[in-house]
Amino acid sequence: MEAAAFYSFSILAITAALFILFSKNLVYAAFALFLTFLGVAALYVLAGADFLAVTQIMVYVGGILVLLIFGIMLTQKTNKESISSTPNRIEAPSTRVVWGSMIGVGLFTFLSYVIANARFQMSGNIISSKSTIRTIGVELMTSHLLPFEIAAILLLVALIGAAYLALNRNPAS
Amino acid sequence: MNTIPLEHYLFVGAALFSIGLAIAITKKHFIGILLGIELMLNAVNINLIAFSRYDPGKLSGQLFALFVIVVAAAEVTVALAIILRVYGHFKTVDPDKVSNLKK
Repeated sequence: MEAAAFYSFSILAITAALFILFSKNLVYAAFALFLTFLGVAALYVLAGADFLAVTQIMVYVGGILVLLIFGIMLTQKTNKESISSTPNRIEAPSTRVVWGSMIGVGLFTFLSYVIANARFQMSGNIISSKSTIRTIGVELMTSHLLPFEIAAILLLVALIGAAYLALNRNPAS
Repeated sequence: MNTIPLEHYLFVGAALFSIGLAIAITKKHFIGILLGIELMLNAVNINLIAFSRYDPGKLSGQLFALFVIVVAAAEVTVALAIILRVYGHFKTVDPDKVSNLKK
């Protein structure tokens, strides 16, 4: 049962990712990325990371994907007739597709070889089915307090920096 | 309970990472490249969480994945702001056409 769920969600995620690779329409690609994020969140749940799965859905689907779709809408081409026939088209020259696919397949072959030949010796026990929220909260507030604060400052800096960069400094345009 | 071996998670992560790299190489659009980078960051998180399954006491992998998500969120906001500035200046989203520093 668990194996069936794992393999179906893996196939969902990988198929959606391949659809992004071969899609010509950027909005379809963004929605396929949504499916991939949901499949990856399901894999998190199957690996016993329930808090990370909810965070993944909230941050990626609720935040990053909406931002990306806003970015697609704000960078539309200006000529209208090409929009109405082929909306949000992205050009991908065939040489680039060939090179990108070759590099992707090569990297996957290399990584599969490494993974298949690795012999991981796990010292700890496998995770039990209880919730991980308590452990994550305690660890964040005790041994990982400094990275937590740095992450908070990083988010603040990114917020201010993005707002400043996106500001229109030329009122004439 | 939890009969799926660790290697299968790693294979899924490797496949998603390779596809993300191919997307980032192939697309001739700034936001298409960003989609590929987000996919690669997600694939890395799968590895971290798969290894964190064997560490129920401290969950270091899950905490690291949490920080990766934070960095990804910060990265995508700044990248989108830069893309909007570049689009406002060059009126294009093709990275090949943005070839000079100052006009």
